[in-house]
Amino acid sequence: MSTSGARALLHALLLGAAAITLFPLLWMLSVSFMAGGEASAFPPPLLPGHATLANYRQLFGQQNIGRYLTNSLWLAALTTLLSLLFNSLAGYAFAKLHFRGREPILRVLLAALVIPSQVAMLPLFLLMKWLGLVNTYAAVVVPAMAGIFGVFLVRQYALTIPDELLEAARIDGASELRIFTSIVLPALRPILVTLAVFTFLGSWNDFMWPLIVLTDQDLYTLPIALATLSREHVQDYELMMAGAVLTVLPVLVLFLALQRYYIRGILMGSVKG
Amino acid sequence: MAAVQLERVRKVYGGKHIAVVDATFAVADAEFVVLVGPSGCGKSTLLRIIAGLESPTSGTVRIGSRIVNDVAPKDRDIAMVFQSYALYPHMTVAENLSFSLKLRGQSRAEIERRVRASAEVLGLTELLQRRPRQLSGGQRQRVALGRALVRDPEVFLLDEPLSNLDAKLRLGVRTEIAKLHRRLGATMIYVTHDQIEAMTLGQRIVVLNGGEIQQIDAPMKVYERPANLFVAGFIGSPAMNFLRGRLVQQDGLHLELGFTRLHLAECGATGPDLASLVGAEVIAGLRPEDLRLGAAGGALVRQPRLSAVLELIEPVGNEAFLNARAGDTELMLRVPPHGLPAPGDAVTLTFSPDRLHLFDPQTGRRFEHL
Repeated sequence: MSTSGARALLHALLLGAAAITLFPLLWMLSVSFMAGGEASAFPPPLLPGHATLANYRQLFGQQNIGRYLTNSLWLAALTTLLSLLFNSLAGYAFAKLHFRGREPILRVLLAALVIPSQVAMLPLFLLMKWLGLVNTYAAVVVPAMAGIFGVFLVRQYALTIPDELLEAARIDGASELRIFTSIVLPALRPILVTLAVFTFLGSWNDFMWPLIVLTDQDLYTLPIALATLSREHVQDYELMMAGAVLTVLPVLVLFLALQRYYIRGILMGSVKG
Repeated sequence: MAAVQLERVRKVYGGKHIAVVDATFAVADAEFVVLVGPSGCGKSTLLRIIAGLESPTSGTVRIGSRIVNDVAPKDRDIAMVFQSYALYPHMTVAENLSFSLKLRGQSRAEIERRVRASAEVLGLTELLQRRPRQLSGGQRQRVALGRALVRDPEVFLLDEPLSNLDAKLRLGVRTEIAKLHRRLGATMIYVTHDQIEAMTLGQRIVVLNGGEIQQIDAPMKVYERPANLFVAGFIGSPAMNFLRGRLVQQDGLHLELGFTRLHLAECGATGPDLASLVGAEVIAGLRPEDLRLGAAGGALVRQPRLSAVLELIEPVGNEAFLNARAGDTELMLRVPPHGLPAPGDAVTLTFSPDRLHLFDPQTGRRFEHL
């Protein structure tokens, strides 16, 4: 087969795969504009007969989805900011600062990485209860403030920062905190963007933990609200899909906007070692 | 400006690896001293100890009249130029230069003035708004120098600042550093593994090997009177030729090399002390430029002669390096590039006996008799 033929075939395969991936998302969008019951017909229609915003109106009007959207947004944003702060501080310290027990502590942390988060949920819940944080936002944010994965990711990247850069700053008269903010943070930026996307997505999509610790409906995040919605409105596919669109859209936009950094950040580790 | 004094400075890593062995030396105010030695000889460690980036295991470091062992790098009033330049990559040249001044709370006008002045000296004025990655190697090097310069420190510490530059640039920057030193009258301590840099820049050089100071002296003194076999072999390129032999007294003083016997006394250059070494094993050293191709007749007749076979000729333009073999010893000659014999020819090599360096094969130390 000629090179151009091979290329055409490859493109056809990629287009096909893209179509298969995109179809459910596009149909979700389409159904969210359909009138009640329209999607239950057989065969299901691809496009709404008369596009309507009724589902969205109902979500924001009667279902109070705006509140959940806000909850999710600021919880994810706060979690991301705090975890970036702590992960970058810890990751930098593990990579570049010398303190007693650095290697043993790192080894313990790495070993703990294999423990599935579900295993930790019960003790974590008891801890939150003991701290009196159950049914507060703090119960969602506090456990996510630092993560082994994030610390490790930052550490690996921080290892590539030349020691001489930090020493030059030290001689120039910078305090350790100043070195971190003026020299280290800018150098870590690519990996921090990657980590921010990871963390934001993780927090936004997290269902299990918020469901466990948040009992007051006013505190619900979008995924919990959506699950509740689907239990109450089992047959109302159109309403469900509108809710799904609202859940997926912000992270999709975020991901598309940052994918350049995100992919670079992931690849970086492999090249720089 | 200030003097720097090291007293019995010792650095041991992990209780085992000894990086610096009891280094004692003083750098005078406004002096340019070069620490030179092969990689791993402890020269960079010494510089880092002076900078305060590492602390000595024992011994004292003095800058000016102050013992600085427990003083943080930023309070030692030193500036350091790193081998990798260590420019802050996300800052412009101007920001790189002004970083230390900002941290020290200088006024904006003062910062502006000093950055301008340093940029002027180093020809960086056009580049002030660029970032390091937009600069060539030579320009980065100048920014690194500039970052030290704006501080107007007591002591400049330079850690192999030229080793990342290509050969041509290196020459240019080397001259620039020498001029800078004259202009500022600053105390400078410079680390390099390159003996040419050491010879050309240093007012005095400190030769190090295996963490131990081998010799401290003016460059030409070190070259003319190397204190031991290591210094003799390390300083000078091509390296000094070494011949193993024994001094014998038989119709005058001779150097018995096994394959031949050199008459040292022929031109009457023997000191009275040489006689005391009769019978001793020695290693004789001869610089490549001190060996000459012998011509028949003339004054050379009175000089020691070596029969050798010419093996290889390496012309480099202004001179030629000849590889010759005398007995089982390889010899290197540095001669004018014209009218040379061909490889394979038998040649006679002569030298003036007062150019001979004699070393003790046991201790490696120089016999101070010639």
